[in-house]
Amino acid sequence: MSPIASKALEPASTDPAFIRNFCIIAHIDHGKSTLADRMLSITGVVSDRNMRAQYLDRMDIERERGITIKSQAVRMPWALDGQNYALNMIDTPGHVDFTYEVSRSLAACEGALLLVDAAQGIEAQTLANLYLALDNDLTIIPVLNKIDLPAAEPDKYARELASLIGGKPEDVLRVSGKTGFGVEALLDRLTELVPAPVGDPDAAARAMIFDSVYDSYRGVITYVRMIDGHLAPRERIQMMSTRATHEILEIGVSSPEPTPSKGLGVGEVGYLITGVKDVRLSKVGDTVTTALRPATVALAGYTEPLPMVFSGLYPIDGSDYPALRDALDKLKLSDASLVYEPETSVALGFGFRCGFLGLLHLEIITERLEREFNLDLIATAPSVIYEVTTDDKRTVTVTNPSEFPGGKIASVREPMVKAAILAPKDFVGVIMELCQDRRGTLLGMEYLGEDRVEIRYNMPLAEIVFDFFDNLKSKTAGYASLDYEPIGDQEADLVKVDILLQGEQVDAFSTIVHRDKAYDYGVLMTGRLRKLIPRQQFEVPIQAAIGAKIIARESISAIRKDVLAKCYGGDISRKRKLLEKQKEGKKRMKMVGRVEVPQEAFIAALSGDVEKKAK
Amino acid sequence: MASALPLADPAPLDGLLPVSVLDGVADRHFGVYLHVPFCRVRCGYCDFNTYVSEELRGAKRSDYAGQAIEEMHLADGVMRQAALPERQAATVFFGGGTPTMLPVTDLAAMLDAVRTTWGIAPGAEVTTEANPDSVDAAYLLALADAGFTRVSFGMQSAVPRVLATLERTHDPERVPLVVEWARQAGLGVSLDLIYGTPGETMDDWRASLEHAIRQAPDHISAYSLIIEDGTKLARQIRRGEVHAPDEDLQADFYELADELLTAAGYEWYEVSNWARPGGHASRHNLAYWQGHDWWGVGPGAHSHIGGVRWWNVKHPAAYAERIRDGHSPALGREVLDDETRGVERVLLLTRIRDGLKIADLEPASRTAVAGLIGDGLVDGTSALGGSIVLTLRGRLLADAVVRTLLGY
Repeated sequence: MSPIASKALEPASTDPAFIRNFCIIAHIDHGKSTLADRMLSITGVVSDRNMRAQYLDRMDIERERGITIKSQAVRMPWALDGQNYALNMIDTPGHVDFTYEVSRSLAACEGALLLVDAAQGIEAQTLANLYLALDNDLTIIPVLNKIDLPAAEPDKYARELASLIGGKPEDVLRVSGKTGFGVEALLDRLTELVPAPVGDPDAAARAMIFDSVYDSYRGVITYVRMIDGHLAPRERIQMMSTRATHEILEIGVSSPEPTPSKGLGVGEVGYLITGVKDVRLSKVGDTVTTALRPATVALAGYTEPLPMVFSGLYPIDGSDYPALRDALDKLKLSDASLVYEPETSVALGFGFRCGFLGLLHLEIITERLEREFNLDLIATAPSVIYEVTTDDKRTVTVTNPSEFPGGKIASVREPMVKAAILAPKDFVGVIMELCQDRRGTLLGMEYLGEDRVEIRYNMPLAEIVFDFFDNLKSKTAGYASLDYEPIGDQEADLVKVDILLQGEQVDAFSTIVHRDKAYDYGVLMTGRLRKLIPRQQFEVPIQAAIGAKIIARESISAIRKDVLAKCYGGDISRKRKLLEKQKEGKKRMKMVGRVEVPQEAFIAALSGDVEKKAK
Repeated sequence: MASALPLADPAPLDGLLPVSVLDGVADRHFGVYLHVPFCRVRCGYCDFNTYVSEELRGAKRSDYAGQAIEEMHLADGVMRQAALPERQAATVFFGGGTPTMLPVTDLAAMLDAVRTTWGIAPGAEVTTEANPDSVDAAYLLALADAGFTRVSFGMQSAVPRVLATLERTHDPERVPLVVEWARQAGLGVSLDLIYGTPGETMDDWRASLEHAIRQAPDHISAYSLIIEDGTKLARQIRRGEVHAPDEDLQADFYELADELLTAAGYEWYEVSNWARPGGHASRHNLAYWQGHDWWGVGPGAHSHIGGVRWWNVKHPAAYAERIRDGHSPALGREVLDDETRGVERVLLLTRIRDGLKIADLEPASRTAVAGLIGDGLVDGTSALGGSIVLTLRGRLLADAVVRTLLGY
């Protein structure tokens, strides 16, 4: 057993042989943050007194959801067999939406702890990240967490892990992040097994950016892993993708508070501050070199983040539009993958068309906008990117149903994903049914351990972004987990369905669906709107249409009586107050042609509150 | 009286009026409304300000006429202090509650007090409401002797099942009797009907209308039943014991009423009121919509004098205490600004036939008239002649017409 390292190694002058860079791969609630906290306290970098539960997850939403959105790195001292080491723990985002960020974090490490809840076993996302880690040639150290739980079945899951990654069940470490049991042994094991980083100290500096965080006081904090060479304070650095140069105002390591150092050398992990204010100037995956002696070859693996899912975000109170714009401008500073542009809708007023990495990213952004900026928002149904080719051979990229070209369509291509679903074997039937219904093609099925199955499907991304995960969870009592990765696009028989109110198209309700589902969508939406839109002085037909062809219709009959019988013995004041109330109500009405629709009706129709209430 | 009092300023204890009430006073009649807040039983649909014996908390019916007369004295003082010109009452209306719960001598005494306080104009309209089972021939004769000119019977329906749902206690067969007695006493007669009672069918309503028409009254009111919060009927609907009246069916009922009443020679003069031609429209009722002045006497009564609206404390015991202490019984009041008065004018005059003149409208409202004609809500011929007259459809959508005219 090793005590805390007697003397921490100095950054910038640490021999790479004594550096260990590792990350933790785990599912959302398998206790990664608790284990990380425990390591911080055992290695002495955070005193027990200052220990804030789940220290590394800084954002409120992260803490509440128990997930990590932005990763960070912490340097911890450790000693083994009389030798001092520097352990760099690189926290990775745990969700499929952030696969690119995960891959960059993995690229910064030589080893990974595969952390699995001893009561639940491995989940689909963990499996996906494990594949990524193996792909990056990382040394995997399997660990079962929460062995203090009464429901823990460490023997069973040790066998499951061993069968997945090879090795013997006895090699699977057993720890409890909560009690601290086994954590020191774990630190010893990783010091022993994780390879030391390798690089050329005399080469031109190359550091890979694996995270970039906006701090309102300090500007962008860029987290890097040094591959070759050396970086020092006051040095001018260059971003290899853009050739932009900045001066390093501060360089250092997190332990876990930022601690300035004399620089960073080969194999080290730390942060840079240059004073830039926008994370777009410091992109994850990019290579940092020096302006004086720039490297010629950038590190491999850099790609621009590409939004996969699009949705219109609208303030419920139209006067909040400028506030929404300011809020997005601020979020953009810390989230390079968020893209948006102004959009107007007849039904919803002024808003923004936003692009997200995935559904969770969309949820996180809307939640942050609502919580941190006090905005009430409505999001339109998420859409993916379609490539539409018209009969005259024009190809249009469609991220919003309103961009769908009219006239004859030659083909529509939609993004496909490979989805992996992990669930107890009893749920295989319902899962297959759901996936078939979502136009999935079965790729294969494999048993993991005794009673759990991995089911793989090719599916259109559009089917996944439309409440697939909610459905999956509810059909499997919450047991199923899902991971998916893009695998290109595929032609499909897709059509745009429009919803018309008295002949006027209501933009927010247009959607692109498979032809077989167009009717269902039309019936659903026209039915919802019929229930939600108050009667008008004239009959209002509500239609669903593909082009000029009506596929479903409902109608709201004209209101016939809108008059109070009497004035209650001269109580005119009461009658006038009623009128004034109606006037206030009118302000929240949106006009579609001549039809007055309360904004709440649109919002309820978009959010599906109608059916929920009926249940 | 409404159960929910509007939000407004508290009324001053001395009841004094601002000088603004003098503006345009020469164009306004003066009327008196006397509220009698007593009923033998409370009907299940009623949220009016009325009380049965056990709810009176020490207030006595026998003291009531005296208190009302006290308020008239106070009114007289307030109106004199405001330097309003002396105006005789052009209309007097006793409403309730059930005014005829009081001995006829009490009603006569209150009417006498109106006469001695303000005078009653020659040809004035003096009405009391009455339940068919709360009066007999002698009572009606005594009313006529006291100076009443008109009686308005709460007939509501001719169908026993409908009356039972409304918890009205009278026998529909009594209506022809009381109408005949009233006529013999020389009183004008109005019948009040209610439609849209839960369970009422088209045939029921037709029977009630025909029954009313057969009595050949001078005037017929037909009000749709409104389910007011806090009433027994509202609770029954909430519990699913009876079904709320359907708005479309109410529209059918209204259309039938208009059809049968028009065929029988009655003309509509206000959305819910029809009268035989030749001056049988209720002038007191019209005064509410035309913005004339009236003093409302009694618990919960509403008053309007020259752009000031106020309403009295609701409970008879609280009212008695205010009167005893020599204070104004007014609880809250509003002094309307010019804009609000303009809104009220449109709101109120739209409901009466030939009430609103297009020339008096704001330019934006005048522009909206064309659309209302096009939608079949306003009569085009009358509009060319300068008046807003609602069509049948327009009467059923009168509140929507008002909002359109006001640009709401």
